[in-house]
Amino acid sequence: MKIGLFIPCYVDALYPEVGVSTYKLLRSLGLDVYYPEKQTCCGQPMGNAGFQDKSRKLVESFDELFKGFDYVVAPSASCTSYVRFFHPEIAGHECEAAGKTVDLVEFLHDIMKVKSLPAKFPHKVSLHNSCHGVRELGLSSPTERNIPKFNKIKDLLQMVEGITVFEPERPDECCGFGGMFSIEEIGVSTKMGIDKLHRHIGTGAEFITGPDSSCLMHMQGIAAKRKLPVKFIHVAQILSAGL
Amino acid sequence: MSTIHAKRANEFVRDTEKVDRHDATFWSVRVKRDAMAHMLPEWENLREAASRIKKHTVTHLADYLEKFAENARQNGVHVHWAKDAAEYNDIVLKILNEHDVRKVVKSKSMLTEECGLNDSLIHHGIDVVETDLGERILQLMGIPPSHIVMPAIHITREQVMECFVDKGIVEKEGQKAADSMHGDRRVLEAEADPTFLTRCARFHLRENFMTADCGMTGANFGIAETGEVVVCTNEGNADMSTSIPPLHIVSMGIEKLIPDYKSMAVFQRLLARNGTGQPTTVYTSHFRKPRPGQEMHIILVDNGRSDILGNEDHWQTLKCMRCGACMNTCPVYRRSGGYSYTYFIPGPIGINLGMLKNPDVNFNNCSACSLCCSCDNVCPVKVDLSTQIYKWRQQLDSMHHADPMKKAMSEGMKVMFDHPGLYTSALRVAPVANCMPSFLTNLVMSPWTYGHSMPEFAKKSFHQLWKSGLDDHK
Repeated sequence: MKIGLFIPCYVDALYPEVGVSTYKLLRSLGLDVYYPEKQTCCGQPMGNAGFQDKSRKLVESFDELFKGFDYVVAPSASCTSYVRFFHPEIAGHECEAAGKTVDLVEFLHDIMKVKSLPAKFPHKVSLHNSCHGVRELGLSSPTERNIPKFNKIKDLLQMVEGITVFEPERPDECCGFGGMFSIEEIGVSTKMGIDKLHRHIGTGAEFITGPDSSCLMHMQGIAAKRKLPVKFIHVAQILSAGL
Repeated sequence: MSTIHAKRANEFVRDTEKVDRHDATFWSVRVKRDAMAHMLPEWENLREAASRIKKHTVTHLADYLEKFAENARQNGVHVHWAKDAAEYNDIVLKILNEHDVRKVVKSKSMLTEECGLNDSLIHHGIDVVETDLGERILQLMGIPPSHIVMPAIHITREQVMECFVDKGIVEKEGQKAADSMHGDRRVLEAEADPTFLTRCARFHLRENFMTADCGMTGANFGIAETGEVVVCTNEGNADMSTSIPPLHIVSMGIEKLIPDYKSMAVFQRLLARNGTGQPTTVYTSHFRKPRPGQEMHIILVDNGRSDILGNEDHWQTLKCMRCGACMNTCPVYRRSGGYSYTYFIPGPIGINLGMLKNPDVNFNNCSACSLCCSCDNVCPVKVDLSTQIYKWRQQLDSMHHADPMKKAMSEGMKVMFDHPGLYTSALRVAPVANCMPSFLTNLVMSPWTYGHSMPEFAKKSFHQLWKSGLDDHK
């Protein structure tokens, strides 16, 4: 199976180790993984700001770069959902790549149907169910709905030896990032982040983990400013621990 | 780079105790709503049914309106049509003048709020008394509702006491209220006892019910099959408003229509469960015809609704039954309060309805959404609230309401992301930012650094790591 690796811009610049973990994880499953070097961004920052038109060109070039792969895998639920659900509308036509773009968790859980992982991570973690992961990709059952409960991220994390997984109170309330929302509505955004952090820390976990580096970056920035005692790690890094 | 909502919200969050209380209050309603939802295995089917019924009704609106009006007339009800707020206010005034009405008691109606009815009536010398307790408190305080279902929930009981003392209600009704509780009036007053306050309000309102010349209600639903309206309250004030005065006027938005009793059964199960987390409202009152000796009027109000129906991106807002669940779940509403919004309906549905009403003012609310999509998942009629907000944002530039800084940032991103070469060179120099003293970056990168420390750029980006040998295909 030929996999195109999509490493969204902020992961590329700020959290390259998340990209490395994703790559190693996919390789350990015996997959053929390629990283098209001309990739940049999914376009979501412009779209959420009200300028999705400005991402037309990059949407076309994303499709061009990735359409030849069996799957496009990204360690980011929010960017994945933007590609899958918004690219065709922005482009004004079906996008071959968009239909094959999946988040790492979806890929491992639903497509590779991974049943065990060699990873060890003897720590307590609090799981951050990020909004687009929950409500757009369906990585877990949204608490608003009356449907059978599930959580694909938790299923995968629990394959890791030594780990204890907690979920915070209000397990899928937004952390307040929202792209430009965090700049435009600084008061509410920061308050949402502080509230979320306290709920994560309240579980007694050492780490906050999730499938979206953007939410983690937001919370990390707020935690650092207030010197809150908690560490951050992307799900991909835990699932690949020891590889 | 701040909308009116953002500026007001920044003020609101300064008072941590207040914002935490506001958040906890509305979250507790969401929790109650969830408990109700999980008690019904058919919950998701109910939502789907409600969504389809509303879609069916609004897409066959003309037929159902005619049917409704015809049936209402046959029940002996006078039916009026108002194309906008001005026409509506005139019709009400005309009916009131014809009956020589001096005082009106009103049960809760967001439509009258939308049309500015109270001001119009007061201007023409008619005394208007809101009878929903929350609405009455706000009316006495001279402030607007901050939520469509729980309009005064942001007011503390101490503030209510102060207001009731101020308006002479405690002086007039306090002793009766205390006696009815077998309590000590001075103690009850000093503690701003909630039961004492409600008893005061009860006696105060009772007198108004007895002396009013007209009772006005809204309508939660209009049933085309029978020509009747359904009003849901927890206080019985709609029943009191209509049981004594010789005149009953119903104000109903044309989108409140549903076809028949079978559909009513679906909505009756959803409204209170979503709105307040109750299995049903305490009173669900059906008004089909006037009491003997009474006159009943129904005013059907358009006020922009037909235009919404023709709006491909936003017609779904007409499915809304004003339960308020989207506000209660909205993390931004809970932390910014109703008054941060420029439209009288706040939260996700209010952002959309405000834009449909007056985008030149209400574009200021489009920032009040982190696109978390929780509202889409609670909405009992499946309005695509967050998608619509996203769509409004795309239109702001052509409306000349785009934020210049966001526009500049998006243009910058376009240049960078459209040119992979430029993007990778930028990545190589980005780590330089890490070496700047944090007090300097904090200053430069504001407003991000209002709440955050700066993120650190990695020494080597993934791009660079890949090039320097991560790729094991070679």
